[in-house]
Amino acid sequence: MNTLGAALRGLVGLFVDDGALALEIVAVVALAGISKTLIPDVPLAAGAILLFGCLGVLLANVRRSRTHHIT
Amino acid sequence: MGSLAHAGTAMTAAFLASLVEAVEALTIVLAVATLRGWRPAGLGALAGLMLLVLIVLAFGPLLDRVPLHLLQLAIGILLLLFGMRWLRKSILRSGGVIPLHDEAMAFATGTAELREQARRHEARLDWLAALASFKAVLLEGLEVVFIVIALSTSPGLLVPASAGALAACLLVAGMGFVVQRPLARVPENTLKFAVGVMLAAFGIFWTGEGLGVAWPGADLAIVAFAALFLAVARGAVVLARRPGTTVLP
Repeated sequence: MNTLGAALRGLVGLFVDDGALALEIVAVVALAGISKTLIPDVPLAAGAILLFGCLGVLLANVRRSRTHHIT
Repeated sequence: MGSLAHAGTAMTAAFLASLVEAVEALTIVLAVATLRGWRPAGLGALAGLMLLVLIVLAFGPLLDRVPLHLLQLAIGILLLLFGMRWLRKSILRSGGVIPLHDEAMAFATGTAELREQARRHEARLDWLAALASFKAVLLEGLEVVFIVIALSTSPGLLVPASAGALAACLLVAGMGFVVQRPLARVPENTLKFAVGVMLAAFGIFWTGEGLGVAWPGADLAIVAFAALFLAVARGAVVLARRPGTTVLP
């Protein structure tokens, strides 16, 4: 049972380490999906939101982590 | 041209990611072998490998039943979560915000844990040693399986991705067998940095495809995404750097 629990924890840990990062990525994907539905004539808008949103999330998370670890 | 670039990137990403995972699994297996010999270490590792094969055989065919767009979206999101997690951690390690992963220390910790378990459960020690080896191979192996499946979302990529992963696992197993100690010199953080960049690029591509985005340049867009992620990640390392710390990758 312990082994199964460790395996499940390991499986979740594959994708979620910093919960905030995971949530922000999912939020960016959701936003891209909404924009694809609302403005289907500009399909690249969703792509741009996805790409630059994820880059922004990464930078913001690194900045936050740095501040958190220093203070 | 696009397909070749795609296959090459998939193979490289699978190779590098599997290299990191195989080194981590090898460290635990070697710790077990050092303390209790190769029999429990080898049996545990073999059992872990067999369970992995069963998991792939059981769940692999189910993937064909999932609609392609849904599969691309799900795999894309998982790749983004996985790749960005690795990228974030390697950026913070490169900037000196969090300590580097040390295989020699992981080996020492693994050995110490087994000794402590030995003290408490002397009679069951071989079983516990085999279990530690089994868990290491299973967990790290699951990561390898996920990476191979995730990188094989488009037709024709299963073979290059599997070949990349298999080559990495054989290379690490061979080196481990020869040197019989943890591969502490593998530049793990640099590898995780590179793989994080590639997986995040694949993640953006597949998530976009799943959402119905027609990327300019089709498969070649992955190379552009990887270049952009690399540039931003390098900038993030500078951003994360603590005063007086040397930037690593």
